[in-house]
Amino acid sequence: MQSKMRNLILAVLTVSMLLSLAACGEKNQQDGDQEVNTPQTTRADTNEINVGIPQDLEDSLDPHVTTAAGTREVLFNVFEGLMKADPEGNIIPAVAEKCDVSDDAKVYTFTLREGVTFHNGQTVTVDDVVYSISRCAGMLDDGIYTAASTLKGIVSVEAPDDRTVVITLSEGNTEFLASLVTTYAAIIPADYTEQATQPVGTGPFKFASRSPQENFVIERFDSYWGTPAKLDKVTYLVTAMDTAVMSMKSGVIDVFAHLTADMAKSVEDQFTIEKDTAKLVQALYLNNAVEPFNDVRVRQALCYAVDVDQIIDLVVDGNGVRVGSSMFPAFGKYFDESLSTYYTHDVEKAQELLTEAGYPDGFSMTITVPSNYPQHVQTGEVIAEQLKAVGIMAQIEQVDWNQTWLTEVYANRNFQSTVVGFDTSTLTARGMLERWTSDHGKNMINFNSAEYDELFRQAIACTDDGEQTALYKQMERILTEEAANVYIQDIYNMVAVNPGLEGLTFYPMYVLDVATISWKEA
Amino acid sequence: MKYYLRKLVTLIITLFVVSLLAFLAFQIVPGDAAARILGTEATPESLAALRHQMGLDRPMLVQYGDWLNQFLFGDMGNSYSYTMSVKALLGPKLPITFTLTAMAFLMIVCISIPLGVWQGKHAGEASDAVTGAVGQVFMSVPSFFLGIVFTLVFGIGLKLFTQGQFIHYDQSVSGFFGYLFFPALAIALPKSAMAAKLLRASVIRELQQDYVRTARSRGRKFSSVLRVHVLRNALIPVVTFLAMTIPEIVANSIIVEQVFTIPGIGRLLLSSILASDYPVVLAIVVMLAFLVVLMNFLADVLYQRIDPRIKVR
Repeated sequence: MQSKMRNLILAVLTVSMLLSLAACGEKNQQDGDQEVNTPQTTRADTNEINVGIPQDLEDSLDPHVTTAAGTREVLFNVFEGLMKADPEGNIIPAVAEKCDVSDDAKVYTFTLREGVTFHNGQTVTVDDVVYSISRCAGMLDDGIYTAASTLKGIVSVEAPDDRTVVITLSEGNTEFLASLVTTYAAIIPADYTEQATQPVGTGPFKFASRSPQENFVIERFDSYWGTPAKLDKVTYLVTAMDTAVMSMKSGVIDVFAHLTADMAKSVEDQFTIEKDTAKLVQALYLNNAVEPFNDVRVRQALCYAVDVDQIIDLVVDGNGVRVGSSMFPAFGKYFDESLSTYYTHDVEKAQELLTEAGYPDGFSMTITVPSNYPQHVQTGEVIAEQLKAVGIMAQIEQVDWNQTWLTEVYANRNFQSTVVGFDTSTLTARGMLERWTSDHGKNMINFNSAEYDELFRQAIACTDDGEQTALYKQMERILTEEAANVYIQDIYNMVAVNPGLEGLTFYPMYVLDVATISWKEA
Repeated sequence: MKYYLRKLVTLIITLFVVSLLAFLAFQIVPGDAAARILGTEATPESLAALRHQMGLDRPMLVQYGDWLNQFLFGDMGNSYSYTMSVKALLGPKLPITFTLTAMAFLMIVCISIPLGVWQGKHAGEASDAVTGAVGQVFMSVPSFFLGIVFTLVFGIGLKLFTQGQFIHYDQSVSGFFGYLFFPALAIALPKSAMAAKLLRASVIRELQQDYVRTARSRGRKFSSVLRVHVLRNALIPVVTFLAMTIPEIVANSIIVEQVFTIPGIGRLLLSSILASDYPVVLAIVVMLAFLVVLMNFLADVLYQRIDPRIKVR
């Protein structure tokens, strides 16, 4: 009896010990909250926000070097080029005050804006500009491997006086200014060597600190030449996609971009969901050089067999727009809407084309998808299901982005088909269309059309805007008619925004401008 | 002495083999750090030039030898992704993962030992059946799932902690431990259930031994027999189990860190693997291997303490 009693006491003690441990943890947490003090209301008081990002800026922070879209999306707020884009996609002066273009579009003369300073306090001089442009165009032999492909055909960069910079191109290029707006062409201080870890630019925000895999902090730059940023501080919190919803629900995150349809649904009661097209072309990209996709009839058959509207419904919950060619709708001037419905879902027609091409019973194929993009993976799965109707057995192969997709699919072109989205780092039609010219180094799909190449040659030589636009549209039509790829959609970029915030602005580029965001007046 | 020497040699060989295997794994998968850095802007020329600059074009064994040589002199190299030294990168993250692991281990010990003994003693009773069933449930739930449940219930529901808002120890010590409490519990519960079950079986077996009856017949109280004789013998298999769970706790913490957004080495390890950032991966893997060997060794020493009949040689 006595031992029973003792056991009971022991059990009670054990439980109470565990409970007290739990209580202690809970109490500590409250203490912690008081000391750190960042619930929603206080972030408004200190005029700062937390932005969730699904992957860290695990890159060099040097704007001329870094290629990851996620990194450039953040660095957009720290750097500026000679020119920049406004939300409508117009190219307006930034570090340069104005630009004169010669009639043959070969010589660009920039006048520097007065009083533009770097985050380190130095004034921007013509030397900095000459250095920056030469460096990002890969003309300096400093052992830095810049993403030089965006700035091509520069013959010389000179500074005739202390406010003028003249850039001369090897041939006329009316779209040159558009390639100056991205972070790839950012103006940075000459001879500053810490750019990769301590970036210094001219943008509305300056780099404050970073903690790998945890956060990236920027603060308002008070000597900014233009409209100052409204927030004092922006902290980017690295939050895995899987846990992002919980971090949003717990109130730690104020802004999170690139939500999937499911994520948007689960946070819409607490957040305002703002939408804009992502300015990319999602497609089932086909390797035109391998069987059976070297036969145009097979490619066309796929275009008929795939039900794009169903994909838009199932995968993105209706948050997508048909594209039809390698151009997205937001690029209004160049977008040809008739191409988006050129192929309509028609299983019989697909079957006919397949029979003509010698595949009456279909065939087997592989769809390679990057596993870190759920939307592309799901799209691939829906396509595989749809293709069964015409006897095509598609196998989904999920690969990781860096080790397999970039190397095997993109660089070595060792694939049959893949679902991804392509965008353009320069605000030009050229950026979308040039890559499919037959001898282009990034013509991943091995598209080969002499007519297309010729049209492109004419388009870039053209100095008349209307004529050039018409030529680009013809190129798009060829891509559609030849069924270069199974074009699907431009997916909406959904951004969850704390309802207390206002001023989120979208651009026709993959960026998130935090300078226009502010807390609403209470 | 000979024993310690042998253990040391085992340690060195293990670390060597583990690091070599981890290094070779990166050679088998396509893509490398240079390909990732240049991304979609890569051209064959720029890729070749950058590989040359980073030394990735050298023969495999030369690269490994180079890394090993640096490592032996205490230099873990530089991260390709972050362009900073691995030491600086890991420095602030190790204490976080270490604390999480230590807390989880402590919880396992505090929960499983009293529970296992109690269950063993009450074997066959209703209370034993109930706790056994509950234990079975916890045993079958993976830590990351428990983590998600905790986040929903204690984080978002009861607001005991703020999911996603990690508190560093230099910000607030109590906040730091508070934030790690639930992640540690998520790791500890499944393992505690296993350890308790093991101890329960062990206690039941020992209780049937002759020495228990002898001791009881000599008038020793049951509780005293349990504490002095039974527990000591019953603990031997449990100690092995506990020692071997430590590497598993670290492995679990890698996943649980993701669930709770804790900036420990787990998140860094995962992202470094995906980025082919092998200096970081190798440093972490070698540390984990070191931990496994060390724990194994400690378990050996502990046996001897518990049961002097076992002699480590």
